[in-house]
Amino acid sequence: MHSSEKNMSEEIIRISGINPRQCMKCGKCSATCPAFDEMEYHPHQFVSMIVNGKINKLLESESIWKCLSCFACVERCPRSVEPAKLIEAVRVSVLRKKGANYLSPDEIPGKLDPELPQQAIASAFRKYSK
Amino acid sequence: MIYSYYPGCTLKTKAKDLDEYGRKAAEALGVTLEELPNWQCCGAVYPLATDEIATKLSAVRALANAKEKGQPLVTLCSACHHVIKRVNNDMQTNNDIITRVNNYLKLDEAYNGETEVIHYLEMLRDKIGFDELKKKVVNPLKGRKIAAYYGCMLLRPSKEMQMDDPENPTIMEDFIKAIGAEPVVYAFRNECCGGYMTMNDKDLACKMANKVVESAKVKGAEEIITACPLCLYNLKENTTGDMPIYYFTELLAEALGVK
Repeated sequence: MHSSEKNMSEEIIRISGINPRQCMKCGKCSATCPAFDEMEYHPHQFVSMIVNGKINKLLESESIWKCLSCFACVERCPRSVEPAKLIEAVRVSVLRKKGANYLSPDEIPGKLDPELPQQAIASAFRKYSK
Repeated sequence: MIYSYYPGCTLKTKAKDLDEYGRKAAEALGVTLEELPNWQCCGAVYPLATDEIATKLSAVRALANAKEKGQPLVTLCSACHHVIKRVNNDMQTNNDIITRVNNYLKLDEAYNGETEVIHYLEMLRDKIGFDELKKKVVNPLKGRKIAAYYGCMLLRPSKEMQMDDPENPTIMEDFIKAIGAEPVVYAFRNECCGGYMTMNDKDLACKMANKVVESAKVKGAEEIITACPLCLYNLKENTTGDMPIYYFTELLAEALGVK
């Protein structure tokens, strides 16, 4: 295991406040995830990649931006691993690097329509940029 | 009954109906909603990263203002409710956050989660009572088949939100019965509408919203109600077909004869 990759995994675990080693691999998180089909790596794989410190591929994957924060996996995880919190920690650890925003303000005007609520813009900015 | 009220940014702009009908209905029910002075946007999503403080401060300011007034805090938008309720939970249970937030804000009196946060629907159920509400209905919505759409943020995570059973909720169906209509129960009522994904992956957002509306339609729903401006947008704008989607406060105002 590469040491910087391992350090990054530890940092993600710290930010999430979760102990992913409690996972018993039941797969309920992936079974319940509404964005499952859109992901290259699925919620249960996120957990095991973080446990094993193999996260470089995860950090570069579009999968991390597909989580909707619907909390279905948080609610249904029987081991309090709550993958959405780990996914958020992965996102945050990417976004906190300089110039790594996933959504930039310049993109917003092209995405607006007359009915779009402010809530959508506020949520997307909180989730996709720092 | 006098409560502090937190409307939030969207209720002042795209979701004026949610706010205005909510206020009119409250008045008809003998409830005074006092809008908090100088409230700030809640941020729309609860910051899951445990080391974030700044993104929780606006919720704490609202909570501390309600505490000063000695009133429970009523929310109406699902997202605001979710954020403010969870930040309040942090301010009751997470010593690290309690210390860092209070050190930063330097309020006259430290805030430790004293304010009671209730969603408008909880106010109807727990403070007024659905039986009492029923007595005040002058225009029962007889024969209307209405599907309640809960979405994610009102119910989950249930340990913190404590509104209802997260898998088999009844609060909105009981509300529908109280205003004289017929609730339609369907599988996707607590599944995600696509949320903020409408900004970055329209196809996925459309797929999800269509599943929700289709699921309600198959069970015979003729209209859908929600408490969330983003859910309303997704179910309305990201779907094919013409299922009417309303804020629950609009139907409440209609039933109370104040629409």
